[in-house]
Amino acid sequence: MAGTHEFSLAELVICAAAEAWRDAGEVLATGIGPLPRVAAGLAKLTFAPGLLMTDGEAYLVEEPVPLGPRGPDAPRPSGWMPYGRVFDTLWSGKRHAMVTPVQVDRWAQANIAALGDLKKPKVQLLGVRGFPGNSISHKNSMFLPAHTKRAFVEGEVDVVASVGFSEKRWPKSVKPLPVDIGIVVTNLCVMDFNGPDHAARVISLHPGVTFEETQEQTGFPLLRAERVKTTPHPTAEQLAIIRKLDPGGVRSSVIKGDPPGLRAA
Amino acid sequence: MNKQMRLEDVVGKLRDGMTIGIGGWGPRRKPMALVREILRSDLKDLTVVAYGGPEVGMLCAAGKVKRLIYGFVSLDFIPIEPFFRKAREAGSFEASELDEGLLLVGLQAAGYKLPFFPTRVGLGSDVLTINPQFRTVASPYDDGETFLAMPAIKLDVALIHVTRADRLGNTQTDGPDPFFDALFARAADACYVTTEEIVDRIDLSYPDKAKTNLFERHLVTGVVEAPLGAHPTTAHDLYGWDAEHLREYAALAPQEGGWKTYFDKYVAGDEAGYADRAGGASRIRNLPIPTF
Repeated sequence: MAGTHEFSLAELVICAAAEAWRDAGEVLATGIGPLPRVAAGLAKLTFAPGLLMTDGEAYLVEEPVPLGPRGPDAPRPSGWMPYGRVFDTLWSGKRHAMVTPVQVDRWAQANIAALGDLKKPKVQLLGVRGFPGNSISHKNSMFLPAHTKRAFVEGEVDVVASVGFSEKRWPKSVKPLPVDIGIVVTNLCVMDFNGPDHAARVISLHPGVTFEETQEQTGFPLLRAERVKTTPHPTAEQLAIIRKLDPGGVRSSVIKGDPPGLRAA
Repeated sequence: MNKQMRLEDVVGKLRDGMTIGIGGWGPRRKPMALVREILRSDLKDLTVVAYGGPEVGMLCAAGKVKRLIYGFVSLDFIPIEPFFRKAREAGSFEASELDEGLLLVGLQAAGYKLPFFPTRVGLGSDVLTINPQFRTVASPYDDGETFLAMPAIKLDVALIHVTRADRLGNTQTDGPDPFFDALFARAADACYVTTEEIVDRIDLSYPDKAKTNLFERHLVTGVVEAPLGAHPTTAHDLYGWDAEHLREYAALAPQEGGWKTYFDKYVAGDEAGYADRAGGASRIRNLPIPTF
């Protein structure tokens, strides 16, 4: 890299995604997928040192494990977190995950399970995995590498894997459980669901992206946050940490075409 | 007391229509030697319960599965198990898809002899749509909450792969994660383990490893010596999953007759010749355990 101010969109997105864990305290930070995982590591190494993190297998670590093969300097375990304890932790609420759904709807419901009818899917995806339990137990943020109407759907997601704010999903006798959505980071912007009645809002646009373009690529109406900002550029310190956490450059394969963080005029 | 059996003895105890739970997690610690023996048998109409890996895809491909109760079916480095995907999209089995944690509490309820386990997990999601038999239960206390009453997942049989066992049924399981093998053992009327190594008395041979014992021997009905019996999945800490083998397997899923090709090449014949057909015992023993 020539100058510290050259950065890719993936690197900008990692820095934006790390913000999910600002002020999170000692929660278990789980970033699913390479960019959320690097983002969680970046948060821990900069402004959120209290975060708990795993090595992706069964141990807690105090230093984030870089993507790719583990060398002899790989972080040593500080504790044990087999799957059984992951459930203990997540049901206690002491976790904030960033997940990568295939579809998200206006109610913040998310799908990774299947396309079409869950009973006989047109395309089997991952299944609901831990999404139903995660979504009603702890805070969840999201990352979507391609902000399109296929991802942010007009109607309801094909399969509600992750619970959102849709009242019709609850029988009359059952009081809806509180759902805690953090931020939603995409290749275009950062959003949340903190508008009136949990409406989706754009809180920052990536450099060169307009609100209109973002709306055009979204299947449901978006609101503007009070002051829509430009997503901050990564600092030199952040870029250095990102390179350390992703020495093999996996991040360049996540967003189509690996575009630069600053759009060509 | 001697619980040692042969693979064929175990399969001889199984019946059409049984509910069979399988330990391990994705492509890790699956009792594949027993699964292959089931694939060679006439067994059918099984209800299979698993955090699924290739064993589920193979049982689906072979037409053994009537109903599947699962938290996921994945090869990890190939995120969606390809033969499972094919069978699921064809609607060839009844799919009881669960949140991973619901499978945990369903097994726990069975082990505790409870009819159900109250939980919030699943409420508000399509888990209730795909499992229309699930009911809710109101808290009898003043909190006013309503829970999902996750029904107990009672197993006729659990099949589990362990690292070491003795002829009394004592077992030891190495590896960083015990997964939910103990819950499968407790939820079942009978539990059969395959083991990398069998000894007469584990207390005499491996007294310093007692903490790796995951469940009591009174849960263990039979012990089968099956070295390399988890291949092509990981057996901690001995060998890793066989990515090359699993890639070949996955590439066959979309092909016409792909399952038959796999079956004829690797499964057909007896288990004693399996390691040689799969590239040889020394190759398998040297497969590294993958990390991410």
